[in-house]
Amino acid sequence: MITLDINGRAREVDADPATPLLYVLRDQLAMNGARFGCGLGQCGACTVLIDGEAAFSCLTPVSVLAGRKVRTLEGLGTAESPGAVQRAFIEEQAAQCGYCIPGMILRAQALLERNPSPSDAEIREHMSPNLCRCGTHVRILRAVRRAAGAMKDGR
Amino acid sequence: MRRREFFQSGGALIVAFSLLPGALAQEGKKPPLPGSLKDSPLLDSWIRIGADGRVTVFTGKAELGQGIKTALIQLAAEELAVDPGVVAIVTADTATTPNEGYTAGSHSMQDSGTAIRNAAAQAREILIGIAAKRLGTAPGRLQARDGGVGAPDGGLITYGDLVAGEALHVSAQMQSKLTPPGRHAVIGKSTPRVDIPSKVTGGASYVHDLRPPGMAHARVVPPPAEGAKLVSADVAAAGRMPGVLKVVRDGSFLGVIAGREWQAIQAMRALALSAKWEEGKQLPKRDELYSALLGLKTQDTVIHGGATQPAFAGRTVEAEYRKPYQMHGAIGPSCAVARLEGGSVTVWTHSQGVYPLRNALAEMLKLPKESVHCIHLEGSGCYGHNGADDVAADAALLARALPGRPVRVQWMREHEHAGEPYGPAMVTSARASLDSAGRIAAWQYEVWSNTHSTRPGAAGNLAAAQRLATPFTPPPPRAIPQPEGGGDRNAIPLYRIPDARVVHHFIPEMPLRVSALRSLGAYMNVFSIESFMDELAKAAGADPVEFRLRHLEDARARDVIRAAAERFGWSSWRPQPGRGRGFAFARYKNLAAYCAVALAARVDRDSGRVHVERAVAATDSGEAVNPDGIRNQVEGGIVQSLSWTLFESVSFDRRRVTSRDWAGYPILRFPGVPDAVEVVVVDRPGEPFLGTGEAAQGPAAAALANAIADASGARIRELPLGAERVKAALEA
Repeated sequence: MITLDINGRAREVDADPATPLLYVLRDQLAMNGARFGCGLGQCGACTVLIDGEAAFSCLTPVSVLAGRKVRTLEGLGTAESPGAVQRAFIEEQAAQCGYCIPGMILRAQALLERNPSPSDAEIREHMSPNLCRCGTHVRILRAVRRAAGAMKDGR
Repeated sequence: MRRREFFQSGGALIVAFSLLPGALAQEGKKPPLPGSLKDSPLLDSWIRIGADGRVTVFTGKAELGQGIKTALIQLAAEELAVDPGVVAIVTADTATTPNEGYTAGSHSMQDSGTAIRNAAAQAREILIGIAAKRLGTAPGRLQARDGGVGAPDGGLITYGDLVAGEALHVSAQMQSKLTPPGRHAVIGKSTPRVDIPSKVTGGASYVHDLRPPGMAHARVVPPPAEGAKLVSADVAAAGRMPGVLKVVRDGSFLGVIAGREWQAIQAMRALALSAKWEEGKQLPKRDELYSALLGLKTQDTVIHGGATQPAFAGRTVEAEYRKPYQMHGAIGPSCAVARLEGGSVTVWTHSQGVYPLRNALAEMLKLPKESVHCIHLEGSGCYGHNGADDVAADAALLARALPGRPVRVQWMREHEHAGEPYGPAMVTSARASLDSAGRIAAWQYEVWSNTHSTRPGAAGNLAAAQRLATPFTPPPPRAIPQPEGGGDRNAIPLYRIPDARVVHHFIPEMPLRVSALRSLGAYMNVFSIESFMDELAKAAGADPVEFRLRHLEDARARDVIRAAAERFGWSSWRPQPGRGRGFAFARYKNLAAYCAVALAARVDRDSGRVHVERAVAATDSGEAVNPDGIRNQVEGGIVQSLSWTLFESVSFDRRRVTSRDWAGYPILRFPGVPDAVEVVVVDRPGEPFLGTGEAAQGPAAAALANAIADASGARIRELPLGAERVKAALEA
């Protein structure tokens, strides 16, 4: 058994230590937020936060997670009570198919926790590991800027 | 009330039944009813109201991320005078919804939206009629409001109280009493998408998130190239791996089912390493792709103009344009879940056409259609025919090997990249002459293309079915006829040209497997025609916007062109070195939404790198139901088209596709996103819906090519217009 700290909760999972975190989240913990995109760290659909840093859960074996804090989309809020970044994405209607959006939200969360007032160029650079295919980028950028404003205002 | 009593009770319903649709249906003709009511005329195929008053809308179209659920709910809510928040929607399902074919071609609003709006309006009038009878008053004195029918004294009878029995199990009438635009409370309002809150908070939103009890995970081992034959694989060794429940081989179809997903992936990798394949087919040399295509046999159709060439005279311009294979490139690889139980198969799928898929699966599995149930659940955006149907076939074949258990299959990235059917490579040529007044006098345009649809309906169009020991053969490819067209979609210019001729050279033989990619041939034809219009404008010494208007009579086309130019500030543009502006216009399929795009770009002369500063679109989608939904589609269409146009081309060697991941097939990333994208929605209240989802693809591409030419002087006629090609053109 491996113990993982997921969204502040200790979760015991029975998994081969080489299993990437993504499959443990999705298949053993029945969580939807992290999504399989490429399994290669090229698209960011599986992005989670590990000790506050954006990470590819498709490439992170659970064996390296002892004592580290994992946060997923589910840890940021719920549909009834969304977190600041999630709320900004809803307010900007920043989704089409939405498959990439959880990864976008978590990568933005990592940035805004470290740098509450990023420039547009900093946001673009920071978000560049994550791919969107619907062309929602312009709305995603707006949502990240809106979230930055909301987080500064303490909302 | 029973149906027969209802008949006898008179009023509106008798009118409904005595009308033409039934008689026409008996003669095997489709009644001229609005939208998809033609094929499914019963009102309760579209709208049902429970005894509790809950309204449920049924559509045969699927949510693909285009926001169709929200727009359809808006239409029903408007016509029934209820809050959109209380309307539920059921999408594409072969057991419960009308058969509306594929969700494709930007048809959803036009077909399903029109049907639902009219069905809701007719349901409302029926309910008002029932209330009037009950109250012993004239229907004209009653009004639908707040989920019921309101009486002049302020009383309200809820729909739930009125709808007992089969009140809505009646055929639609020819005419509906639609709510007039001036009284719209929901139509025309930017209603937030119903699916977004769940998608941004980790709700179960996609077929990928389905976890029925007992579900097993599977992976397939794709062939290294299309048509490769599996010689051998170490099935026994894979079968001994942890968690493996079953290894399935049928001819060249090879897959593995395990208890856990990661176990299935590891077993799949072991199987793939052990597999020996025989690759037969040789692909064209990549750098000779276009001459190879032009060397294939064609079926030629003159789709516009006469048998003879136009009379070219005076100033004559000609050009040839090229487009490589491009991919759909879903961010989430294709996925399906299937279960075989008691001789019936249930498949949860993100296919664009659950009914055609059902037919294909039934044929493949040798089951009656009634024994195959396909249910649409959302997938990652598809932008056309990608791996969705193929993975559904994979899941069905694997589930057959493990009866009683749901089997989930998801493709790996490499599988999606190398296994999906691409948007075809194409070649076009244009020739035109100008008269002394600078107007186009003669025009000839030719397009060479494979088919743009190999969608199932037939089992032979499912990749897995082609690999079975007893394989299914794909039906011969065919061209999609005008007026919508396939490779020749938008090949006929909307411009007024006295002597014009357009020829479609359909190429049946497919070097690589291809199918429908968002906008089909329109992307390439609009890129070509609108690039060429700028080349002609330059030859005529005319402003590109003015030159287009000079040749356009359609008032709505002129309006979107002027709206885009005005918002962009076309007439106040100040030239700067290295900066250019470009314009382009098309009406999608020459019968759907109008879209004009103006765009500003910078070209770095040393590197050839292009950056789009700003793109402005104006679009006329007829009556706008959800203006923000239209903006979202057009913004997305522009950005996606810029990605195609700047970066995208499928690579291959003589044996196989070499674009097998995002490194081998780069697409747009955030630093390359335009600084601003703006969309002006030209609303036309009361006008029919015009499909919008694909309208921006062509205009965005041509506007970029025109901006690059304006910025650098380099006219690039081969896609993509990437840095290397721009640099080469500047150095030439």
